[in-house]
Amino acid sequence: MEFKDMFKMLADGTWDTLYMVLISTLLGYVVGLPLGVLLTITDVDGISPNKVVYKILDVIINVTRSIPFLILLILIMPFTKLVVGKSYGTTATIVPLTIAAAPLIARMVESSLKEVDKGVIEAAFSMGASGFTIIRKVLVTEARTSLLVGVTIALGTILGYSAMAGVIGGGGLGDIAIRYGYYRYETGIMIVTVAVLVILMQILQWAGMLLSKKIDKRRGK
Amino acid sequence: MSKKEEIIRVDHITKRYDENAVLDDFSLSVHEGEVVVIVGPSGCGKSTILRIMNGLEPIQKGEVTYRGEKVDGKLGSITRIREKVGMVFQSYELFPHKTILQNVMLAPLLVQKRDRKEVKEEALQLLARVGLSEKKNAYPRQLSGGQKQRVAIVRALAMHPEVLLFDEVTAALDPEMVREVLDVLLSLAKEGKTMVIVTHEMSFAKAVADRVIFLDGGHLEEEGTASEFFDHPKTERAKQFLHTFTYDKVEREEER
Ligand SMILES: Nc1ncnc2c1ncn2[C@@H]1O[C@H](COP(=O)(O)OP(=O)(O)OP(=O)(O)O)[C@@H](O)[C@H]1O
Ligand SMILES: [Mg+2]
Repeated sequence: MEFKDMFKMLADGTWDTLYMVLISTLLGYVVGLPLGVLLTITDVDGISPNKVVYKILDVIINVTRSIPFLILLILIMPFTKLVVGKSYGTTATIVPLTIAAAPLIARMVESSLKEVDKGVIEAAFSMGASGFTIIRKVLVTEARTSLLVGVTIALGTILGYSAMAGVIGGGGLGDIAIRYGYYRYETGIMIVTVAVLVILMQILQWAGMLLSKKIDKRRGK
Repeated sequence: MSKKEEIIRVDHITKRYDENAVLDDFSLSVHEGEVVVIVGPSGCGKSTILRIMNGLEPIQKGEVTYRGEKVDGKLGSITRIREKVGMVFQSYELFPHKTILQNVMLAPLLVQKRDRKEVKEEALQLLARVGLSEKKNAYPRQLSGGQKQRVAIVRALAMHPEVLLFDEVTAALDPEMVREVLDVLLSLAKEGKTMVIVTHEMSFAKAVADRVIFLDGGHLEEEGTASEFFDHPKTERAKQFLHTFTYDKVEREEER
């Protein structure tokens, strides 16, 4: 293969990967953020404890999280086909990625929000703030550093999953690595592809940490 | 004193954690302009009283009334008294990710929905009053304990509360910072603010109190004016308690 073609293939692959990862993580937050908030407030020491709601969410999330991603990918193929019309390719892969991302994100959001000092929440209550105001202005704002670290971890994890989706023709860099490296023994291409994945992961991690340090007002200077 | 209007009253309240009664048939009524100081040994229920007055703690028996109106468990009624009852905590509880000014402005803007410009102006005035104007854009971590506590007081004042509750607001402070915070409390008292203060600073209590409540084991042991209580305690328990704050001169063996 000519260099030009390989470059184009890798560029397209990178684009496809970013597209899958970003959209799935975004959709994952659309579902996972409210779930995480709900888990936090309904837990025994939350601001509106509700054993039943907490337990139901807890079980659903644990079950979804214990299914290995590859199995999930295959299990929900009929559902994926129903949603996007086909069961392979980048857009189709977004469905299982989102389903894998949401419970992970819900858990990370929960643990971030639970780090917020109880005393500070109580102070907000003592000033007459409503539960909704407290969620928005105290819980989420005060946990933002930790939430952002969570976003970084979520993006990294989903990036890893997206590469796995290559096994069933999921598109993106993982797909390329498997097609060339595994099926055609073109080790060179595989190594370059993996290198691009590693670099993407590094950039993600570095940007995420930089940003979260910047918005952390509790420490520094 | 009783000619003034009653602002807040807790009436025959009983508060239990599991089986333990923390407060047992306790009543207290606070009138406009009055400074009530609650003293008593650790664990006797002082914080619990303040938390009940601010609707932070459910009670098993009795009732809380605010200006004669019963505060029930309904959210609206609790929120309404919380706006009118300001509370300052031992460990400040400032929002760490908000600037000093944002800390002060949060509740007036979000809870009382007041005009931003007016709230900001008042916040700046209040900060100036406690000598913290130049800290308005700082974050809590950049302040000393005494400064944080003064901000917490300003944050409570910004809500225009009709009664202020202070729970051992100097207990976490180094000795040299205690004074700067207590001076703020003294000036509020001079202004005629209605306050309920829990403190272990006995000389401050004596100076500021109109009325002293001595609590032991969840009930009122003794009640009186500052000089009655501190100079002529009636009960044995109160005498014992006050004695823990005084030290007798050490007599050395050879001087006997
Ligand atoms: N959440 C809780 N669960 C069980 N018991 C509690 C709880 N909070 C307080 N108590 C108990 O209630 C009693 C009164 O507590 P409170 O905090 O009102 O005391 P206090 O007079 O403020 O003491 P201190 O001077 O140490 O602050 C204590 O015996 C305490 O152990
Ligand atoms: Mg206490």
